[in-house]
Amino acid sequence: MRAEARREALSGWLFVAPALAVLAVFFVGPVAAGFLLGLTDVDLYALGGVGAWRFVGLRNYGRLLADPIFWQALRNTFFFVLVGGPLTMAAALGAALLLDAKATRLKGLFRTVLFAPVVTTLVAVATVWRFLYNPRAGPLNLFLSFVGLGPVNWLGDAQWAMPSLVLMAVWKNFGYGMVLFIAGLQAIPESLHEAARIDGAGAWTRFRRITLPMLRPTLLFVGVITTIGYFQLFAEPYVMTGGTGGPNNATLSVALLMYKQGFRFWDMGAGAAIAFLLFLVILGASTLQVRLQKGSDA
Amino acid sequence: MARPRHALTAAAAAFAALAAAPGCGREPAAGALRFWAFGREGEVVKELMPEFERRNPGLRVEVQQVPWTAAHEKLLTAFVGRQTPDIVQIGNTWIPEFVALDALEPLDPFLSRSPALAPGDYFPGIWDTNVLPGGVFGVPWYVDTRVLFYRGDLLREAGIAGPPRTWEEWRAALAALRARGAPGSFAMLLPTDEWAQPVILGFQTGAELLRDGGRHGAFRAPEFRRAAAFYVSLFREGFAPPLSNAQVSNVYQQFDGGDFKMWITGPWDVGNFRRYLPPARQEVWSTAPLPAPGPDALAPGLSLAGGSSLAVFRASRRKDDAWRLVEYLSAPEQQLRFYALSGDLPARTAAWDAEVLRDDSKARAFALQLRHVRPTPKVPEWESIAQRVAERFQEVLHGGVTLEAGLEALDGDADQILEKRRWLLDRRNAGAR
Repeated sequence: MRAEARREALSGWLFVAPALAVLAVFFVGPVAAGFLLGLTDVDLYALGGVGAWRFVGLRNYGRLLADPIFWQALRNTFFFVLVGGPLTMAAALGAALLLDAKATRLKGLFRTVLFAPVVTTLVAVATVWRFLYNPRAGPLNLFLSFVGLGPVNWLGDAQWAMPSLVLMAVWKNFGYGMVLFIAGLQAIPESLHEAARIDGAGAWTRFRRITLPMLRPTLLFVGVITTIGYFQLFAEPYVMTGGTGGPNNATLSVALLMYKQGFRFWDMGAGAAIAFLLFLVILGASTLQVRLQKGSDA
Repeated sequence: MARPRHALTAAAAAFAALAAAPGCGREPAAGALRFWAFGREGEVVKELMPEFERRNPGLRVEVQQVPWTAAHEKLLTAFVGRQTPDIVQIGNTWIPEFVALDALEPLDPFLSRSPALAPGDYFPGIWDTNVLPGGVFGVPWYVDTRVLFYRGDLLREAGIAGPPRTWEEWRAALAALRARGAPGSFAMLLPTDEWAQPVILGFQTGAELLRDGGRHGAFRAPEFRRAAAFYVSLFREGFAPPLSNAQVSNVYQQFDGGDFKMWITGPWDVGNFRRYLPPARQEVWSTAPLPAPGPDALAPGLSLAGGSSLAVFRASRRKDDAWRLVEYLSAPEQQLRFYALSGDLPARTAAWDAEVLRDDSKARAFALQLRHVRPTPKVPEWESIAQRVAERFQEVLHGGVTLEAGLEALDGDADQILEKRRWLLDRRNAGAR
């Protein structure tokens, strides 16, 4: 009997072994390697010769935490997540509700059109948005001038640069959440709405009391995915600001700072330390999000 | 040339190779000489290649154009991945870094064999950027430096005959411009996010910037203090607004409109002014060599030795062929063709005798200034330190930090950035003993 149980356990382990191996090779390994690299001063000199690197303990972390640029990058990233995340979710949910409404025509067409930005290459998107944001010839400022508002130097002004990126990211990404929300909405039994309607519930009450609670799993999933994705903000400032994170570091994200440290100044140790800190931040934020959702379930 | 590497470096290299993968092009054609050039230069230099291939039967050149913004990363990742080209255009401030990596071939043996390529026919300060312990690692291809761009018409209206030659004259000219300027306009533009201006003023007062062979910052030395005080005073006295480049929306229009009347910038803006200002406005702007600290003005004040060199990678198996391309591109006639195509100023002084440059009133200031240029400190860390120079001065100009505190912080930054260099130098010295 015990031998059988052991055999069963063994086959169980064998079944999950491929998944565990993949996790070990592609997740645990790199994270551990990144952490170790962050404890060294591997840099340009280390590329050039033997032994030109040292184990420096937590020095990279100490310097980072004392560096105002790192804090600014963290602030910028949190701004992007806290403003861009909810906006993206709201846009996605709004679009999903409209597309799910009975009165809507051409649902397939609209769904495709609204989803198109998600699958478009960011570089192509950036070219278009740089044109939209052009302070002199851009359609956005042209439109503003019609309604009598002054020209905005979208990407050149430190005040506006990050909101401009948020706007672009919302437009680019909301389609993904929208598709998931549509699926979630379709899974809500019509009978619930019907029953509520008979009880005299209005549209708003039904949305709050039926749609939102029934959508909770989808909301959680889209929320976590969006948050994780937005914390890794990199490509948007990279392509929109020529890789600088300017003006005046206003669009410098943590991931972009990591890239600059690692590949522009070739300070791999500092780059790896930033990567590990970003990993901790994302881990913390996702855990918090799941906890909050679970808490409100109870 | 196989050199042992630590596993971590190899991991970093693999990561780097992955990151660089999208930029990798197709394999170069067998037998072609691989030449990497950047941005606009990479585009137009292709036009010089047919002539080279005609003169050197059997040699073919494959020019790969790399955008400037990606150039530095691409070169480093290529070095790590052992995919370096045979010959490369290299910004002359990058040379110390690639020499520290032992990536570049010393060119002295080639130079001694090439009578046509005499070091004496180059601007000394520019040539100097290529000279490091161990030899000459690049041959200047095109040059740039910064000069004073000014509104000649407004200066004359303010009662000043010519461009300032000393700091004293400069200050007087700025005061006269300020007195006559419209409200909201300024005498001068000194973008606060650029390190070049305070560093150039430091060159002029003889500041070393780094001391003890590049081991420590020397920003509190009296020479640099004098330059820094002058730089800060230009803002404190209201001659220049404390604006960064990002806050100036259209510099050419604003210069044309008289929002500011002086500006320290480089040859690339000669082309920009010609492009963006209407033909009727081309007479209002002029260029002049930088003023000297004085009191007498025997020579212009020093400026930055900028531009790009041609270098040969150590890993190349076709160094002789690569050198032939260096020789070809360095010939005065090719330098002039390149100037006509790109607007980049030729490195060979012989090329400057040509009419196109001699008769160009805007180029004359550069011809003079280029004889008075100095390289930035030749340590791989310079770019990081330079970044700090701009940031610390911004704090002084915007943030109410005193100049003394700013310079002290700057020395602290430099010392921290140079810590690894000190460790390596000390270790090497200990090993030599």
